[in-house]
Amino acid sequence: MTLILEAVVFGVLTGGVYALMASGLTLIFGVMRIINVGHGALVILGAYLSFALLRSAHIDPFLSLIVTMPAMFALGVVLQLVFIRPLKEDREALSVLVTYALALGIEGLLGFLFSDNLVQLTAWYETASFAVFGFHIAYVYVFGFALCIAILAGIFLMLYRTTFGSAVRATMLNRTAAQLVGVNVDRVSAIAFGIGVSTAAAGGVIFGMTNAFNPGSHYDLISRLLTIIVLGGLGSLRGAVIAAVGMLIIEDVTAVVISPVWASFAFFLLLVIVLVVRPQGLYGIRVRERI
Amino acid sequence: MRKPAFLAVTGIVSLGSLTLAACGSNSSVNSGSPQAGTPITIGVSVSLTGDFSGDGKALVQGYDLWAQDENAKGGLLGHHVTMKYVDDASSTTQVVTNYQNLITQDKVALVFGPFSSLLTIPASTVTNRFGYAFPEPAGGGPSVFTRGIHSLFFVQPAPVEDNLVSFTQWVLSLPAGQRPATAAYSTEDDPFTQPQIDKAKALLEAGGVRTASYKVYPAETTDFTPLAQQVIAANADVVILGTQEPDAVAFIKAFQQQHYNPKALVETAGPDQGSDFATKVGSANTEGVMVPAGWWSSAKTPFNATFVSEFIAKYGGTPGGIASDAAEAYSVGQVVDQAAKKANSITNAALIAALHTGTYQTIQGPMAFDSVGKPSGASFLVQWQNGLTVPVYPPSAAVAQPEYPKPAFSG
Repeated sequence: MTLILEAVVFGVLTGGVYALMASGLTLIFGVMRIINVGHGALVILGAYLSFALLRSAHIDPFLSLIVTMPAMFALGVVLQLVFIRPLKEDREALSVLVTYALALGIEGLLGFLFSDNLVQLTAWYETASFAVFGFHIAYVYVFGFALCIAILAGIFLMLYRTTFGSAVRATMLNRTAAQLVGVNVDRVSAIAFGIGVSTAAAGGVIFGMTNAFNPGSHYDLISRLLTIIVLGGLGSLRGAVIAAVGMLIIEDVTAVVISPVWASFAFFLLLVIVLVVRPQGLYGIRVRERI
Repeated sequence: MRKPAFLAVTGIVSLGSLTLAACGSNSSVNSGSPQAGTPITIGVSVSLTGDFSGDGKALVQGYDLWAQDENAKGGLLGHHVTMKYVDDASSTTQVVTNYQNLITQDKVALVFGPFSSLLTIPASTVTNRFGYAFPEPAGGGPSVFTRGIHSLFFVQPAPVEDNLVSFTQWVLSLPAGQRPATAAYSTEDDPFTQPQIDKAKALLEAGGVRTASYKVYPAETTDFTPLAQQVIAANADVVILGTQEPDAVAFIKAFQQQHYNPKALVETAGPDQGSDFATKVGSANTEGVMVPAGWWSSAKTPFNATFVSEFIAKYGGTPGGIASDAAEAYSVGQVVDQAAKKANSITNAALIAALHTGTYQTIQGPMAFDSVGKPSGASFLVQWQNGLTVPVYPPSAAVAQPEYPKPAFSG
């Protein structure tokens, strides 16, 4: 029983990290209707930025976010201006190709700068732990989860308590209508893309402290993140959070109760069932388009 | 059928037959013996990018150092050696293309093997088809040998599945009062790791050590917490893990987080990566961790001390930082050198015949090969003690007593 409780607790804690990473992805989809398959590579880029600061200046990975999150925000805005905004036609399909090319470019650059060897972010709280319910929890999971909650709360506050958030939500609901009522959707898109990429930096730090990573680690990551936002409902922040936590709990519990081999299968089984019942995902909106 | 059409069909069939005959023939490859004193090229497909890039680069270091030494001695049976490397990007399809090109286009005199069983299996099919000897440093999984390829030679002391035999022999040799009663196993579903764990489990169970937990996990696993939880929950005396370096490190960190300290911990790979492993888990946490090995830097095998000093002179670093991949690659060259002298020839047919008989001395120790290239020796059990890896079993190779029970992790 302790084993299952432990799996649930760790599922929630690590699920929070995936929720943070997926929130950026789903925000970008919601505002721009593009699938950013380069999001995993941006997470890994964020992890490497913190790794570089740790190695060269001995800056604590969490503290390094003071530098890396604004830097990644700026990078996100530039990427949106240079690569995404010029896509005027067949945007959804072309964006997949463009962002995949972006991912390959980031992977190549990181491989050139850091080699393909696996690295990991380290700090005193990485292995230090405290006892609760008969098992130990490492501080890194708690700190990481707290950071995720804080950032996600910040995004929710921005969306529901600010004028800019209203513009973002209006753009997410109907881009054309938002333009008609005076929302500068290009500006909203650039900033939303920047926010999405800066959350990748935060997610990258926690991912890099709990996993060894190399420039190629983004492939597995993006497949998991896409699965999460599909289950949660494309464009739904709330859905991404619930799907991420649910995914990690199901995987961890399946791994300890049945077998690690069946862990991913159990989640995908749930995904298929949900999509059969609700094709738009848990919190997605069913869209009818004239064809 | 009208005459022109009949002629066209006949022509196409004839051309196709000629093409097939040309493809099936070895006449276009360099299968003969080079003239005395002429330089030769040895071709290798190595993983310079992709998953195995770290190991691939270490192989290049070992091969290059051997070629340098060989040429300093006058070459391989008088032939100056040049190594030619092509990157396979850790891909099972690219490695096939590479060896085909090395043999048919570059017409290399000899080929040496790539990294991993995964790449060795498809590569050896190609080299065998062209009649090339295929001494290889890193493909020792059971599936490498079950295909019965006569031209393949795995240049390590023992087949991979036997790597943990020395560990099990040590466990079962302990006095009854100290002998572990239970063991927990967790392994990647990888052709390198799982056969080792399964064999160790069978041997220990036969010796009376009860299995408290046995789990297989997908190689792409990144979250090791639930896996570590299961091992910890089993509360076994010894923990035996089928790992590569990332999961080897992740398990140790998870054990630290949970304040779990088994009496003995052995991992199939990871702790053999020298200073890189120590940096990742923290030097203090290496103490007592075990790993099977065919080579270590302080081994008293012939020429090993020279290899270590030459390696450091050429590439820098410390003895503890030399990857075993480099030593295994160097051994491939040593074996070929001795086989060439024995056969007084460097033709592939002569080398294949020579390598199937007798014993060859390498920096990993003596080795001999059976009809499918499987070595007949045994690996050693190595343990981290005071920041260094030292052989601790069997007693004939040991330079220190095994530290048992293992000290607690530093937390």
